[in-house]
Amino acid sequence: MTEADKKQFEPVIIGFTCNWCSYRAADGAGLARAKYPPNIRLIRLMCSGRVDPQFILKALAEGADGVLVTGCHPGDCHYLEQNYKTMRRFNLMKRTLRQMGIEDERVKLVWASAAEGMILANEISSFVNEIRGLGPLNWPKWDKPLPIELETEPETLEES
Amino acid sequence: MSGNGKPKFAMYWAASCGGCEISVLNIHEKILEVDANFELAFWPVAMDSKIKDVKALPDQSILLTLFNGAIRNNENEEMAHLLRKKSQILVAFGSCACEGGIPGLGNLGTTKSILDTSYHTISTENPENIYPQPTYQAPEGTLHIPKLYPVVKTLDQVVDVDYFMPGCPPEPHQISAVIDLVIQVLQGKAELPPKGAFIGVGKSTVCDECTRTRGEKRVKEFVRIQDLEKIDPDLCLLEQGIPCNGPATRSGCDARCPSVGAQCIGCYGPADGVLDFGTKLMSAFASVLNSRDPEEIDRILDGIPDPAGQFYRFNLAKSLLRSSKYAWKGEEE
Repeated sequence: MTEADKKQFEPVIIGFTCNWCSYRAADGAGLARAKYPPNIRLIRLMCSGRVDPQFILKALAEGADGVLVTGCHPGDCHYLEQNYKTMRRFNLMKRTLRQMGIEDERVKLVWASAAEGMILANEISSFVNEIRGLGPLNWPKWDKPLPIELETEPETLEES
Repeated sequence: MSGNGKPKFAMYWAASCGGCEISVLNIHEKILEVDANFELAFWPVAMDSKIKDVKALPDQSILLTLFNGAIRNNENEEMAHLLRKKSQILVAFGSCACEGGIPGLGNLGTTKSILDTSYHTISTENPENIYPQPTYQAPEGTLHIPKLYPVVKTLDQVVDVDYFMPGCPPEPHQISAVIDLVIQVLQGKAELPPKGAFIGVGKSTVCDECTRTRGEKRVKEFVRIQDLEKIDPDLCLLEQGIPCNGPATRSGCDARCPSVGAQCIGCYGPADGVLDFGTKLMSAFASVLNSRDPEEIDRILDGIPDPAGQFYRFNLAKSLLRSSKYAWKGEEE
């Protein structure tokens, strides 16, 4: 990409936040007027344990360049143990995404307590910058021909 | 309708192994009922029928076509379009047509890597480095063979499909049940299910059909069957650390594999209402791991060295991502 392209690329980031800690952290960042980039679209769930790897894959398949999952620190989950499940699901999903050719840096898990508004804002800013550096994911829209398919035309069946 | 009054039946194989055809023949004597009620119009494995004869048929003149195999090359796709045009009811038969099947795993790498593996490995005698070419200039003229698509597709990703019959292969008792239903419909005694339905399947997941005892799962280690000294014949396989895909796999097969101590590999595809099979399985497996320590979790998950193969073995082409970037971009890892 040229420098001009890089300047214009604004990544689309989906952020899954948990109601009790990380969403309140984001709220707290807002109250403290801590700025973070608008590239991240926050989705509030009751718990990070609600984050089905399906959501993350759907986000990436449908145009997101990066996904950030946030939750309470291990041991502090409002529902006691579910962020451990988040941790395990995330690990297993990351291993699969590697096989699918998606860069490790595009999907990130961050713990943030309700009081850590500034920390969350900084995490979001650095994540957006990292994705900006990686470039767009551009996962194919399958109703259009793939770039590699446009290079050569397939033959048609011979008339017998 | 044909000259002798019997409705036409067709079965075609695209990127397939032939197992679906064998499974149809495994209905044994019931094949005579098929012959009694249908005219076999086109079935390459069983009869010497020609594509040009299919092309010459009027549109929609074949009542029922069972299409198995994935869409791997342009010939597969053209046959899908042809049979869609000539058929009233088109069934995506078997795992490959429904969700890509094993050929779908080709989406984990480039087509070049597939050809390299077939024609150029340490155990292959190919001193002249011959690779198949889509076009070849013979003295007599130009020869064409179909070209591999970079990404394997399912049948319903290229044509409109009426019904889906999953399984690798669909079990003969399910095929018999579907044939019975179609014959009843022909006789006016029953109605076809709504379009887009899955037929020849159960109502739930493999776990429901499995007779093993299920307790609480706390998995400390994932093992292969051969690593265990003895597989407990009554206890749930997943509980013993054997990675069984039963929890998210559609029922209909009578849980044949777990009943003999082999883990379910998910060949009947996802249960109803599941958007992405692999992630549901990932979620299930991660939930039953018994650890909170990141390092221990890593160690336990190292017991599944190929998660894409474990969780998307039959389903990759139908999953949310459908294909790895290596396949759709054509770039090596």
